[in-house]
Amino acid sequence: MHERYGSKTIFELHKPGCQSVRWPACDVPCNEIAELIPEEYLRHEVPSLPEVAEPDLVRHLSILAARNMCVDSHFYPLGSCTMKYNPKRHERWAQLVEFTHLHPYQPEESIQGLLALLYSLQQMLSEIAGLDAVSLHPAAGAQGELTALLMAAAYFRSRGEARRHVLVPDVAHGTNPASAKMAGFEVVQIRSSPAGIADPEILAEHLGPSTAVLMITNPNTLGLFEKEIVRLCQMVHQAGGLVYLDGANMNAICGIAQPGKFGIDMMHFNTHKTFSTPHGSGGPGAGPVAVTAKLAPFLPVPVVVYEDGRYRLDYDRPLSIGRVRSFLGNVGVLIRAYCYLRTVGAAGLKQVAELAVLNANYLLHKVGKLLPVPYGQRCMHEFVASAAKVKAERSISAMDIAKRLLDYGFHAPTVYFPLVVREALMIEPTETENKETLDAFSAAIEAILREPAELLHEAPHHMPVSRPDEVRAAREPILVWRE
Amino acid sequence: MNPEELKFTPTHEWVHVNEADGGWVATVGLTQHAVAALTDLVFLELPKVGQQVQAAKPMGVVESIKAVSDIYSPVDGEVVEVNQAVVDQLNLLSQDPYGEGWLVKIKLSENKLPDGLLDYEGYQKQCAAESY
Repeated sequence: MHERYGSKTIFELHKPGCQSVRWPACDVPCNEIAELIPEEYLRHEVPSLPEVAEPDLVRHLSILAARNMCVDSHFYPLGSCTMKYNPKRHERWAQLVEFTHLHPYQPEESIQGLLALLYSLQQMLSEIAGLDAVSLHPAAGAQGELTALLMAAAYFRSRGEARRHVLVPDVAHGTNPASAKMAGFEVVQIRSSPAGIADPEILAEHLGPSTAVLMITNPNTLGLFEKEIVRLCQMVHQAGGLVYLDGANMNAICGIAQPGKFGIDMMHFNTHKTFSTPHGSGGPGAGPVAVTAKLAPFLPVPVVVYEDGRYRLDYDRPLSIGRVRSFLGNVGVLIRAYCYLRTVGAAGLKQVAELAVLNANYLLHKVGKLLPVPYGQRCMHEFVASAAKVKAERSISAMDIAKRLLDYGFHAPTVYFPLVVREALMIEPTETENKETLDAFSAAIEAILREPAELLHEAPHHMPVSRPDEVRAAREPILVWRE
Repeated sequence: MNPEELKFTPTHEWVHVNEADGGWVATVGLTQHAVAALTDLVFLELPKVGQQVQAAKPMGVVESIKAVSDIYSPVDGEVVEVNQAVVDQLNLLSQDPYGEGWLVKIKLSENKLPDGLLDYEGYQKQCAAESY
């Protein structure tokens, strides 16, 4: 029975006539669909949606959910993703009917409480960034990048400058060059110094009258603080360009260093990484952007403002790049971020960063004895170990270690990123893990490295699915269910 | 082709020049080292015949289950032939990167190779320096 629910797709559980919901009777006048939607947009083929009874649906989903490795059940040191534990109180608050029953078309006067919350979140993010103005609209970090780059393009246009080049370090997240391209810029990759950070001399080779934006992540994806950041920003500014901070790694510096103070002009936050909102897998997210005063006129509309004792949505922004998201962005996610910030407070936020860095360094010290960490004796919130030596000596790859960790009850670290480290294992423990967990994780790696290579090549051995055929899945993806 | 007789870019392309109709035509591919480092390939995008390419500028994309990388042109010129067989059958690139796995042929705008290309020995040294 268990097997039947767990091994089949929902389409295979389809039984005509079954249903899990009973819709209420229609209480508004009925119109023919053809009267409401133009002919060319109407579909004629009935969608093949599965019909499943509620117990079958619940069992199917519960069994799948139980198989999932998540941070509520497992240590999840997925580098670059900041898989911290999300306190449940923020979920409870976000589910209050006072929030969930709001309608996006309600008049401003009747949602003053929500607008106060969003305004306050704008203010808090602005303070954390050390920047002047915030938009909460972008629905994910990558959309935050795109939003900020569109603002940069609008800013240069307003000054009559034709600047084409966005500079991106070789350790950047792949979204950076993608966003730059989508915003109409040309991407120029700049290599890192042998120490794994951006080098002012290398940057200087690429700066010129066509420089638009330097996109930088600090700390970078090797878990290293960009020590030259102040100089790098000055150099870009002297060339007439702007500096963008990918805020993916803010967990390491929140409450300690304000990006605006080290020279950043614009940045995004990943609320799911830093402020404990759900990691979406494509679900709703939020990637608020913060910018300096000179870029503020270009922010997306609307912005929440506070005037004469009431909150208002400001659409009257002639230089705005326009809307980037419907209504007020993904409000449910923003409520959770607000709750997180109010829960930990300013002093707590600093402590979060300190503990994230402490945990990562403790684990670096332990794992570094087992696998070389090519860049740095010290790290910020994460570090990148290399399995290149065990690969060469015993043909044990980063992938083998990652897969075998699943058998030991740990989610795998990020592997093969960043590309500057061979056989990379990128490990980020976050602040919410205790010493016992970190010790157990390092002990698991130690035990795995003592196991025979043949055993590891076949790992995982105790998971419902072992090694999916990634090559075939990528070469011949099956994207639609067909009987 | 014998890799020891080829020239290499620091970005892992190889280039071999032939004379044809009084001009130079370069055959370009990815090195064995690069193909092995990328592991299983899943996608290859090459420039079109007639497209102008510039030395050290991206002209295509190769994607594996591990990473997406740009393919850089080693020379300035115009693409005159594209190896469609390798696009259709990526295994050719993994199995025979210096032979059947060649990618494009480029007619050089001037009959000379740009500075900065490595010989076989120099390229081997760079690869050794990249491994930990």
